[in-house]
Amino acid sequence: MTTPASLPATGQATAEPPRAPLPADLPEDGLLAVRDLTVRYGRRLGCAEVTFDLWPGEVLGIVGESGSGKTTLLNALTGRVAIDGGRRLYAVPADDGGGWVDLDTLSEPKRRLLMRRDWGIVHQHPRDGLRLAVSAGANIGEPLMALGARHYGDIRSQALGWLDKVEIAPERIDDLPRTFSGGMQQRLQIARNLVTGPRLVFMDEPTGGLDVSVQARLLDLVRGLVDEMGLAAVIVTHDLAVARLLAHRLMVMKEGRVVESGLTDQVLDDPHHPYTQLLVSSVLQV
Amino acid sequence: MTMPAPTRASTPTSEGYNFAYLDEQTKRMIRRAILKAVAIPGYQVPFAGREMPLPYGWGTGGIQVTAAVIGPKDVLKVIDQGADDTTNAVSIRRFFARTAGVATTEATREATLIQTRHRIPELPLNERQILVYQVPIPEPLRWMEPRETETRKMHALEEYGVMHVKLYEDIARFGRIATSYNYPVRVDGRYLMSPSPTPKFDNPKMDRMAALQLFGAGREKRIYAVPPYTEVKSLDFDDHPFEVQSWDQPCALCGATDSYLDEVITDDRGGRMFVCSDTDHCRRRRDAQEEAAQ
Repeated sequence: MTTPASLPATGQATAEPPRAPLPADLPEDGLLAVRDLTVRYGRRLGCAEVTFDLWPGEVLGIVGESGSGKTTLLNALTGRVAIDGGRRLYAVPADDGGGWVDLDTLSEPKRRLLMRRDWGIVHQHPRDGLRLAVSAGANIGEPLMALGARHYGDIRSQALGWLDKVEIAPERIDDLPRTFSGGMQQRLQIARNLVTGPRLVFMDEPTGGLDVSVQARLLDLVRGLVDEMGLAAVIVTHDLAVARLLAHRLMVMKEGRVVESGLTDQVLDDPHHPYTQLLVSSVLQV
Repeated sequence: MTMPAPTRASTPTSEGYNFAYLDEQTKRMIRRAILKAVAIPGYQVPFAGREMPLPYGWGTGGIQVTAAVIGPKDVLKVIDQGADDTTNAVSIRRFFARTAGVATTEATREATLIQTRHRIPELPLNERQILVYQVPIPEPLRWMEPRETETRKMHALEEYGVMHVKLYEDIARFGRIATSYNYPVRVDGRYLMSPSPTPKFDNPKMDRMAALQLFGAGREKRIYAVPPYTEVKSLDFDDHPFEVQSWDQPCALCGATDSYLDEVITDDRGGRMFVCSDTDHCRRRRDAQEEAAQ
């Protein structure tokens, strides 16, 4: 593993906007805290007043039908849509000083460094998360190089190690991702996101568009990696089977709002909200 | 604000044009951009590039920079692919001879202002000289990141790791860094810069060069600069260090072993020779050899 680059020293205090006091109810050993997060698309609502905490090593599933605001929420969390209200707070690792930071008042260089080093984002479509014009090895090596790795041999051996972990044959290392199958591309994307040893991974429908046997293998893989690395993850899915397999806790969304949340078993086996009951009863029992 | 006295038009040979073609306001604007570029080595300064009487890609950026810095006492040399006698070089040299009435030369030693495309002269330049590059694509990150807003942010935050992906691909595919021209450099430990499509053979010459180096991109309307004696470092990997091209034979005309060689096809039966790309360098060496022989 490369040693993670450290955060740049705090710039002039005047450069950063005045900070609102941190919310009082932040969990002491948490990782990510979201309070009243709201995103609007003009007059339409993307998601509204979403509040949750995430702890290290925990997998949070976000389920709901199409258009319920799942992906909007994920994009808001990862900073790809501007938020219209609420707070996003992240607990920086202890070797960086520790403590909670507000992602919306953090300076941009620091936020980008945090995201590069501590976070991974697995997109629904691998082509959004991969560089299709460069080889698989370069795709895995890029996050390492972005964090300052400058030794070709090291980068290459790490890339080979990760190809092995995600069950891609090592001789494909110099092939372009566009010559890969959909499942392989998705696994390559996961390798690229995990190679830097992040603390938190966001996944948007990681198994979307894959056939069931490939889905099963991918889920096994993700579950194994999450366990092994002690990753925290936020997984958006409309597939309740995926949620049951991967997630420790679930949030059910409808029309941009969280209608029910709790432990996965509890939500799926004893749904309270009528919409959750509908969702659970709609699953085909084979 | 006191401005320098306007450049005196010294009997222009073409009627109806200002000295060096551009009007004085435009030259001032370009000079301001140049001053900023010199102050922030390697940073691309936008400027209001003008339409020039030649097509984009033929040196419209370089020609505007030259027009902004040239004075009546300057001696101009223009290089195209190392040669002084190719179309682009001949026409730009004649352009300034006619619109500015300046003296021109093919000798690197005599020139005070050198506009170049694709090469840096073999003869080391001195403090009294200025080297002006013609640049087609000023943004070194363009190949990896198509969004201009994003590349500016990457420059601002020094997020240059992605540039190594290109070099990684070279090694993975060819076993070595095969990029041979437009080889990315880091200027003064800060800005990533494209050295224009010069061969990487010339990259070491840019490092701590005594002459001022100015870069003009006409289509993209950017000017950047490397002040004299500034560090210019070519990117590489720890285990694949930067290296320049080498040839296994000397120049067929002058016997030089330390210059950049062009391959010239001499017939249609596979005949070929390698000669210095810098025509002035080659001629100077041959003259010296003749003198020594006599």
